[in-house]
Formats: sequence, C-alpha cells, structure tokens
Amino acid sequence: MEKIKVGKKILGENEKYAFENILFLTERKKLCLNMISSPGSGKTTILTRTISELKDKIKIGIIEGDIQTDIDAERIRATEAPVVQINTNGACHLSAAQISAALRKLPVEDLNLIIIENVGNLVCPSAFELGENGKIVVLSVAEGDDKPAKYPAIFAKSKVLLINKIDLLGAGVEDFSIERVKVDARKLNKGIEIFPISAKTGEGFANWYDWLLKSVEESST
Amino acid sequence: MHEMMVAQSLLATISDEAAKHNAKPVGAKVSCGKLYAINDEALCFAFEAIAKGTLCEDVTLEIEHKPVRAKCKNCNQSFDVELSQPRCSKCGSGDFELLPDAPLILEEIELQTD
Repeated sequence: MEKIKVGKKILGENEKYAFENILFLTERKKLCLNMISSPGSGKTTILTRTISELKDKIKIGIIEGDIQTDIDAERIRATEAPVVQINTNGACHLSAAQISAALRKLPVEDLNLIIIENVGNLVCPSAFELGENGKIVVLSVAEGDDKPAKYPAIFAKSKVLLINKIDLLGAGVEDFSIERVKVDARKLNKGIEIFPISAKTGEGFANWYDWLLKSVEESST
Repeated sequence: MHEMMVAQSLLATISDEAAKHNAKPVGAKVSCGKLYAINDEALCFAFEAIAKGTLCEDVTLEIEHKPVRAKCKNCNQSFDVELSQPRCSKCGSGDFELLPDAPLILEEIELQTD
C-alpha cells in the first residue's frame, strides 16, 4: 500500500458555481436570500404575503426548490411575481449550479430581491452555499422550541430567524417558548435577527419588512 | 441525504487522483467541518452504492470531523466550540464569532501496490 497526500476540496464544483453566482449578483447589485426550513413551516405563505404587501416598494423574484411538483411555484405565480421552479427529483437540497441556471431565467435586471425557497429540510441545505448574500431560517412554533439546540448548523449560519405561526401560541401550541429559541439561537450566532411572525394574520411582519427593505437598500448602493 | 452529492464529488476526485498514479485506490481519508453535518454511515453507504463496478469499489473511507472554531470577543482567543455548550474555552464568555467551517477535503488516498 502507498499513501498519497491529496489535500483537494470536495464539492469544488458547487463552490465554483456559488462563486459565479456571487459575482453575477454583485455586479448587478441585487440582494439574494436563501430561505431554509423544515417542510410545512410556512415558507411559501411568508413569501406570498411579503411579495403582495411590498409590491409597491420592491420587485421580488422567486426560485422555488421542491423535490417534485410546481404547487409552490403556482402559489407564487398567483401574486404575479416572476418565479422559476426547480425540481430536484429526490435530492434534499438545491445546488449552486441549479441556481446559476435559474438566475438566467429570471428577469434579474427588473428585480430588487431574489429569494430562493430551498427544499424543505433543516439539515442538508445548510451545507451547500448557493452564492446568496444570506440565509433565512424559518421555524414554526408547531415544530417545538428545541430545534436550535438540536439542529445548530442552520441557526449558526443564518442572518435571520423567522419564528412563524405565532397565532397558534396559546391556541393549540401551549409549550413553545420564544425566549428559549432566542437564547439557544444566539448562543451560536449572536448577531442573528429574530422576528416572531404569523404569516396567517400578518402579525410581526413590519419588523421583517424593515430588515428586508434596509438590506435591499444596502445591496443596491 | 446530502451525503449522496458529497459521495459523487468524492468518487470523481479519488478516481482522478488514482488515475494520475495509474493505480487502484483502496482507501481515502476525508476531513470536514462539523457544520457540514455529514453522517459517516450515510456517506459510506452512498459511496459504496455508486462506487460499485468502478475503479473505486474497494475504497474504504475514513472521515475526520473538524471542530467548529470561533474567536472570543472578550479575550480575543480562538477556540474549538462545543456545539451543545458554546462558551469560550479560555475565559468562559458567550460572546464570540464563529469562524468559517473547515471545508470538505480529500486529505489522502491509499493506493494498491503489487
């Protein structure tokens, strides 16, 4: 047997595309966010509300990642926002190469913000950089307040945490502590912005919008 | 199962390196940061499945998980973060910044020699 030192990066291909995506977006001064959560946490509902309520202020384009179907893309399309659907056919995350192709199908020049709705999964998507400016993690109260402690990677890497479905607190979900989530998420990520929201009622969205509009503004200058 | 994509990329890299030496690979050492959340069993399973019938079918993987590193804002030291109890190992402060996760690296391959 002979041992040979290699020292080569794996996933170099993904990194190459991610870097190209960063250049593509920076040249055009566009903000791109990668939204990650478990299935059913309300990503699409958050997006449709955000698109509709901010439509007079910013133009948002969406890249939809799903294992199968274009159910989510149809919901986005109903808001008249441009959307590109990616079907991963079984893969649990989006790759930077898929984002590169999708960016070229969106009318990027006309947009202020591109949001990638990743495949519903709290683990795998966090390992793949797509060339985004930041990750948004969504946690719904029905999933339990122990998730930042149990799935630290995505909470450590995200710029924003949206705690969704707060309308269920005291109305079916009795044992979720927003405070515990805040403390656990900030243990690994002191700077993370945390906004408790309800995509159903619109509660808490004003703070999320302030952050979003400020970030779009910073990217465009 | 993001391990499948890692396995594909790994298989391609090991094959390329082995081809350079004109030899059959039988082992490979991989390292990655903990935030990649690589499960050893899943990676070995995925690798075995796709390596079957290729030059790499006899490769045994060894995976090393590198600790997450952080820099303390209180005492300015860098330290390994314990994910369940994230505190500076030098001064105990909880005020720190995570450093970038160690990349996924093919460290070493073992080649059959006869």
